[in-house]
This record gives sequence, structure tokens and C-alpha cells, in this order.
Amino acid sequence: MKKRLLLGNAAIAEGAYEAGVRVVSSYPGTPSTEITECMAKYPKEEVDVEWSPNEKVSAEVALGASIAGGRAMSCCKHVGLNVMADPIFTASYTGVNAGLVICVADDQGMHSSQNEQDSRHYAKAAKIPMLEPSDSGECKEFTKLAFELSETYDTPVFIRLSTRVAHSQSLVEVGNRQERELKPYEKNIGKYVMMPANAIKRHVEVEKKILHLKEYAEKSPLNVIENNSSKIGVIASGITYLYAKEALGESVNYLKLGMVYPLPEKLITDFAKNCETVYVVEELDPIIEEHCKAIGVKVIGKEKFTMLGEYTPEMIALAVLGKSAPEHTDLSEQIPARPPVMCAGCPHRGTFYVLKKLGLTVSGDIGCYTLGAVAPLLSVDTTICMGASVSAAFGMSKVRGAEFNKKLVSVIGDSTFIHSGITGLIDIVYNKGINTVIILDNSITGMTGHQDNPTTGKTIRGEATKQVDLIKLCNAVGIEHVVVADPFDVKSFEKVVKEETEREEPSVIIAQRPCALLKTVKYTGNCIITDRCKNCKMCLKLGCPAISCKDGRSPVIDKTQCNGCGLCVNVCPFSAIEKA
Amino acid sequence: MCDNIVRISDSLPENAVNTDKNILLEAQSILIVGVGGQGTLLASRILGNTVIGQGYDVKVSEVHGMSQRGGSVVTYVKYGKKVYSPIIGKGEADIILAFEQLEAYRALPYLKKGGKMIINNQKIPPMPVITGAARYPENIEEKLCAVCDLVSIDALSMASSAGNIKTLNVVLIGVMAKNTNIPYEAWVETLKTTVPERLLDVNLRAFDLGYNI
Repeated sequence: MKKRLLLGNAAIAEGAYEAGVRVVSSYPGTPSTEITECMAKYPKEEVDVEWSPNEKVSAEVALGASIAGGRAMSCCKHVGLNVMADPIFTASYTGVNAGLVICVADDQGMHSSQNEQDSRHYAKAAKIPMLEPSDSGECKEFTKLAFELSETYDTPVFIRLSTRVAHSQSLVEVGNRQERELKPYEKNIGKYVMMPANAIKRHVEVEKKILHLKEYAEKSPLNVIENNSSKIGVIASGITYLYAKEALGESVNYLKLGMVYPLPEKLITDFAKNCETVYVVEELDPIIEEHCKAIGVKVIGKEKFTMLGEYTPEMIALAVLGKSAPEHTDLSEQIPARPPVMCAGCPHRGTFYVLKKLGLTVSGDIGCYTLGAVAPLLSVDTTICMGASVSAAFGMSKVRGAEFNKKLVSVIGDSTFIHSGITGLIDIVYNKGINTVIILDNSITGMTGHQDNPTTGKTIRGEATKQVDLIKLCNAVGIEHVVVADPFDVKSFEKVVKEETEREEPSVIIAQRPCALLKTVKYTGNCIITDRCKNCKMCLKLGCPAISCKDGRSPVIDKTQCNGCGLCVNVCPFSAIEKA
Repeated sequence: MCDNIVRISDSLPENAVNTDKNILLEAQSILIVGVGGQGTLLASRILGNTVIGQGYDVKVSEVHGMSQRGGSVVTYVKYGKKVYSPIIGKGEADIILAFEQLEAYRALPYLKKGGKMIINNQKIPPMPVITGAARYPENIEEKLCAVCDLVSIDALSMASSAGNIKTLNVVLIGVMAKNTNIPYEAWVETLKTTVPERLLDVNLRAFDLGYNI
């Protein structure tokens, strides 16, 4: 077998491929996106891969495929699981026909997320077993095993990743795909029609399943004791197991839990019996810790370890052994942070420049354009979850009335609008709202690294497909005023925004300009600031990373960062900036 | 000005840097830091793939998402007989490869005592500096030089003389490669499999410029 250096996400895809998966359907979300992107590199004759409009749809597609007899997988980030929750809670009742795996990636440390929720709660709440690998090798092996468990126990199986596991590369032995015949499809109303009479019976099955899985957890090869004849025991799973190994080496005993729901009882009790002190090392919520305490095992957990962010080996060494970091040089001065910014040439910059200038309240959404909240633009007022820009703005207008509404817009990306913005827009039309929604159509799903979506006209494999016509879609739900405008033509864009927000009817502005990082976008040359500059600093209000000024001197444009998009040329009141 | 800040621009003096060829014999942890968009991810992949060719266990950890957009980017590469944690703690990095001065400075606490800092002397002001909310620290090279073994190069000019400023990551990889015991050919082999064919020549030139300083 070949050994390759693979991302955790790529290893999940490899595991699913080798397990003979037939259908993979997902919505992109950092840190899970690359799983589905990697799936699309396998031949389409073997695996049907899609970007779905949202996570709920993606899970339903996968469940349908499973019921019809083909192994299926759906992948999402932790907050995507909230959107997926509806079908998933019932999928544990229907169970599966062919194996069904749901892979969810948590984002400890919130590298790219709006919250830090712990997906393990879903496993317990939905009564679905959950495996947690700690490196890429395990990602592949656990995925293959997850499909087996799914079929053996007639249940969907979760795989939980963390950002660190999803986005770390380690060595993986790559094998061959095991081609599997489709399982026969048989109509089974009692199993697949979840109306009360049937669901009542299926719930009995769910509880039986969980009992069987608890027995499995006691003897599963996923849960392993490493005895180093120490008086200290450490219980850990996923990445924290590796951090503990790094920090503590062979100075403690380990119980590594590869399965985090259901948790074993006897195994934990027996492990603890041989130790004087047992630590539970788990990022985020005290799920294993509370289980230990509930079964009467004394452990040290959150009194020593935080519920916030990612852990490090250093933290564990300090908490367990009282050992501090090796000798190093700490900084003797405060240094400026480097927060992410919209790229040079970003089409959203023009939009937020105008919204800021007009002093509008901006109900924001999830995507690159969340960065419209960052200085100097400081334009966005709220960001909650996918789609909330549209519906939350409607709620704001209900309370604050018509005048407030004329100073209020929603901004939402093209992909996010399809994901869950359209339903909010229907609400506005149906319930007689007069809001203005700006769809930031940059021709791609940007934040997660360029994925196609229903508005781009291409599938995940780059094949041409029908393209959702945003104008017709908005018209069809009852929006009569839909205007397409270029956010880099700041004067016209400003005029359009003024007109539409003044309107006593609901309206949609489609701010259309492609993402500057798309290969099809070819800006040329650089912008330069000429000696006509009066040092008014208007260009600095754009928050373009290429434009800076030092000690009150006139602004300068960094050639290495500027891509010649020309937005600054359009905002300079003295025509002092030129394209060169 | 510190003596061992080596400034290298278009004219490349031979033997400008006193390279300690064995530095990586025992080294296991390399921190690559920079600004989103500078090509740090590719650098870590080139390093990771070269190292596995030498029979080591290896882990590479990277951060995607928000930090692609001009934010600080930190990538960890660790290798050895067996690697557990993919991340590097304070005082643990044998080498820090920094694509930008401020990011080099930010990463300093992660450098092991006696470790080596290889930096591109480019300065990219972060948004709080652009908006005037913060100041870009002064004399970073001197401050680093006072506390660690520093090699500072003008990778941007070198990349530009190689034919494409985007190859600055490969220039830096070249400088680091020279400080390892991994043979030249192994790096070239990895470059051949990692960069697109049409860009191979310019990348090989960039690598050589870094390697031969």
C-alpha cells in the first residue's frame, strides 16, 4: 500500500471512496469543505458528488440514497449540522438500508465560524453513534468502519472532526475501492414512513440500538487503553489525545476514546480503578467528564481545562505535570494584530463603501462580506447565521417602523441567498414588508474557497448545468423591483441604493461583480497615486490592503498587493489616482 | 545594524550566508508564518512532501478560511521518527520561516533557544496600521537579531529576478532547504510534482536563487 501525506478531510474522502460510497452531498463550510471537493476528484462513474443548496437538502439526498440501497455520506461544519438537524433526528428512527455517514467538522477556536458549538451534543440528542478520529490515518479507517457500523446497527453514523484534524496532513495508507452491489430496495412503510404509529415503534428500535452500541463501545477497537503503569490516567479523544501524548508521553496511562457516543461505562470504570488521578482532556464542553461523573468515576476536567478554544500540548503539560513551556523569548512590546480583510479587488468593498457613506443599518450574513464589519468600513450591524440578514432585517422593520426601514438593508451572498435567504424574502413579500435586500452576486461561493452553487451554472465537477436566474426567482416570489448594479460604479450604485431604500415596496438589488480571485477575472496593471493627491485620505476609507499611508504623508499603493481593480480611481474626488 | 542580517537583493553575493548544513539533522519543528495570499500553504506542502520522501513521519497543520484573506497565517511542519501533535508550542520551533517582518516578530516566542529565523524582509502593514489604530513596530530585524540566529533576505526582489514575484515562497523554501541535510535533488523532485508544469522553470529558478545565496 502507498503512503501519502493527506489532509484529514482528504483522508475522510479516501475512506468513503474505499468503502464504496455511491453518493456524497454536502454544502460547503470551513473546516469541512475539502472532503466533498476531494470526493469530486474520484471518477463520476463511481461516486455521484454534489454541492446541495443547503445542509438539510444534502442530508436528505444522502438519506434517500441510503434508503434506495447505495452507501452515502453528507459533510458539513458544526453550524451546518443545525440546518441538517431536522432530517437527522428522524434518520435515527428510519435507520438505513446501505450505510449512511454524516461527517461534521467542529471549529474549536472559531478560525472561521460564528460560534463554537460542540457537535457531540447532537449525537446524544439524535441518538446517533459518533466516532472521532485524531489524525488522517484514523480519518480514513474510521470512515470505513463507520459505514460498517451503520449497516450493522441500522443507523446513521456521525464522524466528528475538529479544525485541527480536518486541516492537518499526516501519512495515510491508500488502498483500493471495494465495489459494492446496491442493496435491494424494498418498500417498508413501517420503517421509512415516520408517521406517529410507525415512529412510536421505531423509537423502541432506536433505544435498543443504543443499548447494543453501548455494549459495542465496551469492547470496540475504537476505545483503547494504554497502560504505562502510572498513577495518573488521561481520558481523551480526537486531537486532544495527540496533544496529551505529545505533552505527557509515557508518563501517564491513556484511555483513548475513538467513539464519543455512546460512551462505555465498564471500560472507563476499570481504567479509573488503576489510577489515583484521572484527567478528562476534551476541548469545548464537558461531555465525557459529565458521563464519568454520572457513572460515579471521579475525574478532573473543566476545573483545570477551559471550555474555550483549542487546546495545546503546552496547556496539558502545565495542567497535569505543572511543567511550563521550554525556554523562549517573549515579546517585549504590544504588536498590531493582523485580522483578515477583504482582498484587494474584492467586489464587496464597493458595496460597503456606499452603505457606510449613506449611513445605513446593515443586516449582515455569513460569507466574506462579514468583513464589512471590520474597520475602516464598520458597515455591518448584525451577523447571526446563514440567511438571517433577510429575516432579521424584517424583524427590525416590524419594531422600528417605516422611517428606520428606509435606512436599513440586508446584504447576503449569492450562495447564502439560495441556502436560506430566499425563505426570508418570501416572508417579507407574504407579510407585506417593504425591505431592501442586496444580493452580493460575486459568481461563486467565496468564503469557503470557491465552490460552485446553483447560481453559477456549473456543478461541483465543473459541468455546465441550469443556472438559477436570481432576477426571475425574486420576481417569482413577488418582488417587482429587482435592479442589477455594479458596486464598483460607486455613483450609480449609490443612486440605486437610495432609490430602492426609499421605495414603499420590497425590492432587491443584485450587486453584480465577480470575486477578484476567480481565474476568469482579469484585472490588469496597478493603480498609482499621482502628485494631484491632496491627501484627503478618501481612498483609505476603502480599507484596501494595498493602500496605506505613513505618518500623515500622502497615501501610497503597494504594487505587490494592488491588482488594478480601479475602485480607488472611482472614489478619489481629485482624480489623483490613475491606472498604470 | 546587526552584523548577521544578510541583505540580499538582485545582486547576489556568493556565500553571503554562513549556512550550518546540519541544522535539520535533529530538527523536527518548522513554523511557517506569513500573510494570507503569500503562498505559505504551498511552501508547507513542498516541505512536507520532501520530508516524507526521506522516510520520516510527518505532520503538517494549516489554517484555512478567514485567514486566507490577508490575515496572519501560521503553518506547522513537524517530522521525525514519530510525530504526535501537529502543532508547535512556544520555544519548540527549530526553524521559523517568515514571509513578512511583523509576522516573524509575532512568531518569535515559538522559536527554540538556538533556533534559526529565516525571514523575507518585506513589510506588509496590517489593517489596524493602515487605519492608524496601531503602529508597525520599528527595527524588527535588529530586535530579532539581538535574540536569535537571523537570516534576512529580500525574497521579493529575488522572486522578481527569477521571473515571477509569486515565487517568493519558493525562494524562501530554497534558503531553508540549504540549511537542511535533505539533498537538493529531493526538493527539485517535489517541486516537479507540486507546481504546474508551465510554472516549473520559474519556480526552479526561484528555488536555486534561495538555495545558492
